[in-house]
Amino acid sequence: MTLTLVFLAIIMATVIGWLLRQTLNTQPWEANDPVENQPGRGVINIDPAKVGLISFIAVVTSLFALFLSAYLMRMKLGDWRPLAEPNVLWLNTVILVLASVAFQVTRNAATRGQRRTVKVGLVVGGVCTSLFLLGQLFAWQQLNASGYFLAGNPANSFFYLLTALHGLHLLGGMWVWGRTSLRLFTGADARNVRLSVELCAVYWHYLLLVWIGLFALLLST
Amino acid sequence: MPLAIVLIVLVVGSLLFHFLSPWTFTPIASNWGMIDTTVDITFVVTGFVFVAVNLFMAYAIIRYRHRPGAKAKYEPENKKLEVLLTVVTTIGVAAMLTPGLFVWAKFVDVPEGAVEVEAVGQQWHWSFRLPGKDGEFGIVDAKLIGVENPFGIDPDDPHGNDDVLVDDAVVHIPVGGPVQFWLRSKDVLHNFTVAQFRVKMDLVPGLESYMWLEPTVVGEYEVLCEELCGIAHHAMRGRVVVDTPEDYQAWVDSQPTFAETQAKAGGNAALGAAAYAVCAACHGSQAEGLVALNAPKLSGQDPKYLKKQLQNYKLGRRGAHEDDTYGKQMAPMAATLVNDAMIDNVIAYIGSLPDTPAPATVDGDIAHGAELYVICANCHGADGQGIPMNAPRQTGINDWYLLRQLENFKQGLRGTHPHDLGGKQMGFMARTLQDEQAMRDVVAYINTL
Amino acid sequence: MAYVAIADRDHELEHHDPTTFITKYIWSQDHKVIAIQYGITAVFVGLIALVLSGMMRLQLGFPDSFSFITPTDYYQFITMHGMIMVIFLLTALFLGGFGNYLIPLMIGSRDMVFPFMNMLSFWVYLVSVLVLLASFFVPGGPTGAGWTLYPPQAILPGTPGTDWGIVLMLGSLAIFIVAFTMGGLNYVTTILQARARGMTMMRLPLSLWGIFVATILGLLAFPALFVSAVMMTLDKAAGTSFFMPAILSMGQQLDHQGGTPILFQHLFWFFGHPEVYIVALPAFGLVSDLLSTHARKNIFGYRMMVWAILAIGGLSFIVWAHHMYVSGMNPYFGFFFATTTLIIAVPTAIKVYNWVLTLWQGNIHFTVPMLFAIGFIFTFTHGGLTGIFLGNVVVDLPLSDTYFVVAHFHMVMGVSPVLVVFGSIYHWYPKMTGKMFNQTLGKWHFWLTFLGTYSIYLPMHYLGFQGVPRRYFAMGDTEFMPESAFALNQSITISALFVGVVQLLFLYNIIVSLKNGKDAGPNPWKATTLEWQTPDTPPKHGNWGHELPEVHRWAYDYSVPGYHDDFIPQNVPANAAPAASEHGSDT
Repeated sequence: MTLTLVFLAIIMATVIGWLLRQTLNTQPWEANDPVENQPGRGVINIDPAKVGLISFIAVVTSLFALFLSAYLMRMKLGDWRPLAEPNVLWLNTVILVLASVAFQVTRNAATRGQRRTVKVGLVVGGVCTSLFLLGQLFAWQQLNASGYFLAGNPANSFFYLLTALHGLHLLGGMWVWGRTSLRLFTGADARNVRLSVELCAVYWHYLLLVWIGLFALLLST
Repeated sequence: MPLAIVLIVLVVGSLLFHFLSPWTFTPIASNWGMIDTTVDITFVVTGFVFVAVNLFMAYAIIRYRHRPGAKAKYEPENKKLEVLLTVVTTIGVAAMLTPGLFVWAKFVDVPEGAVEVEAVGQQWHWSFRLPGKDGEFGIVDAKLIGVENPFGIDPDDPHGNDDVLVDDAVVHIPVGGPVQFWLRSKDVLHNFTVAQFRVKMDLVPGLESYMWLEPTVVGEYEVLCEELCGIAHHAMRGRVVVDTPEDYQAWVDSQPTFAETQAKAGGNAALGAAAYAVCAACHGSQAEGLVALNAPKLSGQDPKYLKKQLQNYKLGRRGAHEDDTYGKQMAPMAATLVNDAMIDNVIAYIGSLPDTPAPATVDGDIAHGAELYVICANCHGADGQGIPMNAPRQTGINDWYLLRQLENFKQGLRGTHPHDLGGKQMGFMARTLQDEQAMRDVVAYINTL
Repeated sequence: MAYVAIADRDHELEHHDPTTFITKYIWSQDHKVIAIQYGITAVFVGLIALVLSGMMRLQLGFPDSFSFITPTDYYQFITMHGMIMVIFLLTALFLGGFGNYLIPLMIGSRDMVFPFMNMLSFWVYLVSVLVLLASFFVPGGPTGAGWTLYPPQAILPGTPGTDWGIVLMLGSLAIFIVAFTMGGLNYVTTILQARARGMTMMRLPLSLWGIFVATILGLLAFPALFVSAVMMTLDKAAGTSFFMPAILSMGQQLDHQGGTPILFQHLFWFFGHPEVYIVALPAFGLVSDLLSTHARKNIFGYRMMVWAILAIGGLSFIVWAHHMYVSGMNPYFGFFFATTTLIIAVPTAIKVYNWVLTLWQGNIHFTVPMLFAIGFIFTFTHGGLTGIFLGNVVVDLPLSDTYFVVAHFHMVMGVSPVLVVFGSIYHWYPKMTGKMFNQTLGKWHFWLTFLGTYSIYLPMHYLGFQGVPRRYFAMGDTEFMPESAFALNQSITISALFVGVVQLLFLYNIIVSLKNGKDAGPNPWKATTLEWQTPDTPPKHGNWGHELPEVHRWAYDYSVPGYHDDFIPQNVPANAAPAASEHGSDT
């Protein structure tokens, strides 16, 4: 559980640090005018959708941290036999990096209103992500073919479980990607999809980080 | 106002209830008086807070209840008071925690030279193992557990051979010295609790947990399972007998070792045939059972079960109840089998007899019986064939006998002896059948299996 | 200044103004309707769970007298009762119900920031409830593994409902978590981003602090339940061995090996303990506001209360293994977890002190919500103090798994939050419906519930001291249990059935008052918080008419010296409140 606790400690430190700034030296019972909040005391100055996404990322991090805590605890129990990660995972990693880069380019283009680049970027990002998912399926197939079955060993079980979970989160992202692309290709302006593209980019970067973390853990154990 | 009075009454009432309640800790029978002391300290501190907070609240309610023209005081906070309360609370908490941690340190650390006992749980029985003369437990492996090796001891481990096996829910421990219980489960989580000892611990499959205590009072205590383990959780009972050291040694010596249980090749059917002559008078020459003499069919029954029952009759665990007419007839008969070897022989002979299913004589609502049998199936198997490590077979034996035994269990004619814990369990289950008709329905359903 | 941006999105929010019955009451994106949908669903399943508890009590009080209660049924009732009450009633009602209703109104916003997701959250919650209830109708019935669902027994024969029941239970929980996450993200984002001008965090009513921190706890803790549910499902369905060691079942060797049930327990309680506070913190918050309003006095030590909520929330993540003192885990953990657990008693005690000190020097009106709030202080003090017994590791040894535990958690997270639920429903009922409930019936409801529950749970602690174990279908002949203990069980059963029936008073009152209740007016309790200052009662879609409110003061300006009224609403400018005399105070 250490991993989870470290994560929670970070969250708590953030929350408490932020609240300290808000609350120290305030006397809440004092009424005052004008009502505008003084700078630094108000809400974070970003779009609510982004706050929602950041909160969601915190939830997902909690989820992965817990799975990894379980992974590390289960690993110590003696019957753990590491599996040989298929080499295709390296290729997949590169593809996912490309997807992330594509979304970053798209995001920059959307801010500048370059509709054509946004289109290309979205398509490249989507294709790369689909390739990554197919690549993961291929990795599963390879593992299955070489006898690493789901229930064979906890190491296998965790491998399938964690990759599946990561894949599902990407699929969730693809849903937003699909809606955004649909809007763009049915004539929406680049500026209208700017927020969605930005959210996608943040989400993809995050999932790339998660994947790199997972992959590093899987390789090292 | 009535609210304040009620609060005061509740506080006083709770205190009175506490001091007058006949329901309190059972008389302690172990060295863990320290736990009781910690509980007492906690009671004093929390009791003080409970009384103080609620009486203060009641007083505030009386004094500051709404009256026309009254206005509350405006006081956002009072730093001094808040800090004071925090400090006082922290001191109170520390006063409860500190002794607790010292006692826990004692509990975690088992003293040298403790007598070791392993309690093994399974759905829904207890059994026990002692390390034997060499003082070391043999290695066990869940994969080795089976009818012939119910403890799963590794036959290749020399330490295992002299392990003393108690395949029964009654265990003895010596008074006056530390006893360490190793706890192991064959299937699900269980928990080993003796209320009078104060300590308890879960049995976890896949690992061994432990606890220790020093029994201080000679006597018998009931073991309860206190971790939900399935539908017969409440009926998973055992017994701890705290003996003088001499009695304890005598008991240990009377129990078989692992090597002895493995060496037995089973009984000799030829020798058993002679001994069976006595039984044949009532149970029939083919052990087919004779309804006129109220003697049930024996052929085809699980040999472990037959042996257990013969032993129970001999030890007075069965057939001792005044109103158990037929059980009382059987008890002296069982006594004619003077030792375990003879019992084994007779059972081996019975095992060699043909197993023709007994005729059905009981009618009932089969569909209703099937619903009721869901409970029975947990131990006796969905097909009524019995589960050798758990409970005997139900099919193919006399249905009138099943019916009578259900009645006996329910009425307490059987299964009430403190050492017949299998019988006690069946008593719990039989009592869930409301009336004779329900019993008939179950038996009628068993007939269809 | 982002709240300005949100506030200026008025027009956006206007244009999904519902017109048909369906969009207004069924597929509604209005937080108030969603809140009531959540509330009704939660109360409905809660009633089912109440009936189940009545059946359990029948068996315990009068063992072997009812042929319709077999051990199978009993363990199924226990499991469903616990799970429904904790998750599908209390969590859903406090956050989905009160959270949804109060957050936008109290912060002065038109709605949640993601209204569509909010609607989705309710419907997904409803699906989870239906999946859960479906398990009553599948072969084998619902799972009987206890609400803790400990493997291995939860997925092995010998426990009821191991075919379908457990799968539906785990599925239902997973769906619930999805619903909760959608709702929770909404609550957090709304509180952070959609506050009206002037509504700083330190001016939030404590209700919202409780709901806010509880939501954060839920968002971070529910994943642990999700993880354990997924892994257990795989152990059951795919034969993996996350939690399953090499074991036997029904005399047969299974294929599993190497796992440990303790891992499940760690994950489960990593969720399970914060869950206690997911229920308790909103109750703490709501009750603070009830006390302050009806005592006409500011909440005592507001800042301390906020910090106590945060401290409790933070600490609740490092105490989980106090549920596992006798689980067979490494016993050395006991030192750490006993210490953290007892530390959590300090901020909790501070909250109790501050509630009582809020009454001190107040001007206490014994309204129905106030009765429930004071009843809460009593029961919560009782339940909190018995928690100290169980948190202290050695004291837990004799008491763990006995009726002391049952009595403790029912007192602290059954009776206490439910008293707050009732108090809060009575308190906000006039705002939700525009009608006043019947006060006399409300008072009867309080007295019978309060005294009834105490007569259930006070004696139950003593059964625990006696050593009577929980989760027992029947005690049968247990040597250390005197005859009187069985009589006590009967008396508890009678009280429990009585309290169950009394709840009909509540249902009757809130249903009949819808039609017969007197018009309550916009602010019958003379409360300061924003929800009482809406232009319409009940508030219309969009809550605030044309202009969003501006906040000039905290939520607790009751009985401020120098002012004529004994309350100043949050949206009254600093110098605009009518003074008692000509010299205006600058409070």
